[in-house]
Amino acid sequence: MTANYETHEHDVLIIGAGGAGLRAALEALAQGARVGLVCKSLLGKAHTVMAEGGIAAAMGNVDKSDDWRTHFGDTMRGGKFLNNWRMAQLHAQEAPDRVRELEQWGALFDRTPTGDILQRAFGGHTLKRLCHVGDRTGLELIRTLQDRGVELGIDVFMECTITRLLKDGDRVSGAFGYWREQGRFAAFKAKSIVIATGGIGKAWRVTSNSWEYTADGMALAYEAGAELMDMEFVQFHPTGMVWPPGVQGILVTEAVRGEGGLLFNKLGERFMEKYDPKKKELSTRDVVARSIYTEVKEGRGTEHGGAFLDISHKPADYVKKKLPSMYHQFKELADVDITKGPMEVGPTCHYMMGGIRVEAETAATTVPGLYAAGEAAAGLHGSNRLGGNSLSDLLVFGRRAGKAAAEFAGSSSAPKFDSSQLEQAEREMLAPFERTDGEFPYPIHHDLQETMGNLVGIFRNEDDLKKALGELDKLKPRLAKVRIDGSRMFNPGWHLTRDLKNMLLISEAVARCALARKESRGAHSRIDFPNYDPVWEKKNNIIVNEGGTMTLHERPVPEMPAELKQLLEEKK
Amino acid sequence: MAEALLRVFRGDKSGGKPVDYKVPIAPGMVVLDALHSIQAHQSPDLAVRWNCKAAKCGSCSAEVNGRPRLTCKTRVDSLPLDQPIVVSPLKAFPVIKDLVTDVSWNYKVNRKIPAFQARKGAEWKMDQRDVDRVQEFRKCIECFLCQDVCHVLRDHDKHESFGGPRFFVRTAGLEMHPLDGVSRTALLKNEMGIGYCNITKCCTEVCPEEIHITDNAIIPLKERIVDEFYDPITMLFRKIIGAS
Repeated sequence: MTANYETHEHDVLIIGAGGAGLRAALEALAQGARVGLVCKSLLGKAHTVMAEGGIAAAMGNVDKSDDWRTHFGDTMRGGKFLNNWRMAQLHAQEAPDRVRELEQWGALFDRTPTGDILQRAFGGHTLKRLCHVGDRTGLELIRTLQDRGVELGIDVFMECTITRLLKDGDRVSGAFGYWREQGRFAAFKAKSIVIATGGIGKAWRVTSNSWEYTADGMALAYEAGAELMDMEFVQFHPTGMVWPPGVQGILVTEAVRGEGGLLFNKLGERFMEKYDPKKKELSTRDVVARSIYTEVKEGRGTEHGGAFLDISHKPADYVKKKLPSMYHQFKELADVDITKGPMEVGPTCHYMMGGIRVEAETAATTVPGLYAAGEAAAGLHGSNRLGGNSLSDLLVFGRRAGKAAAEFAGSSSAPKFDSSQLEQAEREMLAPFERTDGEFPYPIHHDLQETMGNLVGIFRNEDDLKKALGELDKLKPRLAKVRIDGSRMFNPGWHLTRDLKNMLLISEAVARCALARKESRGAHSRIDFPNYDPVWEKKNNIIVNEGGTMTLHERPVPEMPAELKQLLEEKK
Repeated sequence: MAEALLRVFRGDKSGGKPVDYKVPIAPGMVVLDALHSIQAHQSPDLAVRWNCKAAKCGSCSAEVNGRPRLTCKTRVDSLPLDQPIVVSPLKAFPVIKDLVTDVSWNYKVNRKIPAFQARKGAEWKMDQRDVDRVQEFRKCIECFLCQDVCHVLRDHDKHESFGGPRFFVRTAGLEMHPLDGVSRTALLKNEMGIGYCNITKCCTEVCPEEIHITDNAIIPLKERIVDEFYDPITMLFRKIIGAS
């Protein structure tokens, strides 16, 4: 019985409308599927707009010698070889086609003197590889996909949040959610589902992520029985704003360094020469973030606890042309003219390398009919993501997920829809209104962010991680009694009660994986285990829901074929 | 600690009123920070849209002291603090709740515009100078502040017959794309009512992306329409052909 709920029916339901969700929707539509696209915000506002620097694709327009092999090698080295090799290979091979396709749908990239797509340098990429539009590449990508989606008539459900996946036996059968506007509930029947909901940045206080990034898709998939992988790898972007306090964490694009920006400590030392003499400012993000953190910790930080990032040695017109939004951001929010003086920057929680474990070719999870792509999925980036590899990830694996989900829907019958699951989901959503003695969600969220920021940050150790798990345990009973005032109509506090549940659950997965991995690799730095461990290079951490208990398994990293191993040797 | 007094509209489509909140001021605070502080400490159900908090997504639009603005970009210390900071929802769209308005009309208008379609045999080479011109329009973050301030929508309620500056900007981006092969002039003239615009430039003034909406998008589009539909020689030619 679904008569009590507004019900929609599609072949493929896509949750999340950033780059991965939109690309998946376009592909599923192209395969002839009936597609529904659900998103928490208005269409076109997803965090993809915050991707500034560019999209990595070995087009070879600037550095002619670039090809997929070099891109593959850079990605594997950047991820410290924990990447799923097949994903890294497909990504490097297919990214140029995905960029060309975007251009054919109307995207306008910056050009070379001969009229081709211009490419810029970026951290960890050995050649100039990032196709870009000034410093607003993500906006160009999402708008292009959005306009194409509108043209083709995708069914979009804006400002609607999914709170539960529904199952028919092992397979997915749909989803339950609420409309933000009126707080009404809705049921979505679907033969297959693609999760493209991004990461978990909002569990940290200093973050570049918006309110949306609360690990929803990872929690939905986990609760539906899918596996999570490599959850210890949380990327702290080296350069977020640090002052004034209101803007702390807002992203300062890596394109500043790509265009020649230099990092200095308060003594005027170009400290990256010490940490990575070869690549310096264009080292990988994990290295630059740790270096800034170390400079500050050892007393060489700026007044507000950061480092100086300076691009003012370049001509003012050039800076304004190549980094327009950075120019405005600092001028308006921090009273700093970046063409005249340095920015103050420090690490900010930015991206989740871990996520839902998927098959490389199809983006399929272990649950039949359930797929995942983009930041919500794990594998491509290993232990550290290179800048520019996210936008290409969205397109390559968004497309693959949409294709596979449409094929699954085309070859399977309609699943059975179980109304008791809907009623349970509804009761859970309404409970915070019925409680009278608990606390509001905001203080719980605050404490979660403090715990993750202080104990599961850039540098970790066993004591802190154990303490973090203890703190998370203390938050659980508080969340179980969370209450909210007001009506169901557009009530952000009510929405947070649900988002918090996802964040708390997945934060625990992060802390558990971080405790288990007794080595330092990529974004995971253990003070008590400061070195690489070749044994851990061969292991992925897997989190799975076993009868309601979060359980961690180690699983061998898939073995790379000999020819790719040789390729990595040659390029070393 | 210094405090700001925020006077925030609370209510829904059935009505509402401004409610005062005192908020401690932190250095560099923006109006959106103040609204978040109200949510966290005083009124958890205050409805506000926001996402990036960095003026890149265009979600947090509202009217601050009567002027359409992004609240994430409006510094509290740029406003006179001897009087309340009045924060109201966009006037040109129906209120849903508090500062959240129903902007779905914009998405409907957008659907009328034919997307980019490359000219037959287009070679994918473009000159940066040609691209520059269009990239200005593609900076638009869809905050709808230009729609809010436009008197054709705000005061005359011509939502049925007028597209609004945002969609003239989008159309200009398509029309001036070096490789586009579709004409949208008839749509602009007939369905999007570009003739209603009397180039007061209010839209340009409020654009947080500093797009020269009137000068670079709307006026050139109006000129194209004049050339195509009102050029006297063409009109005469049409008359002769039509009469024969």
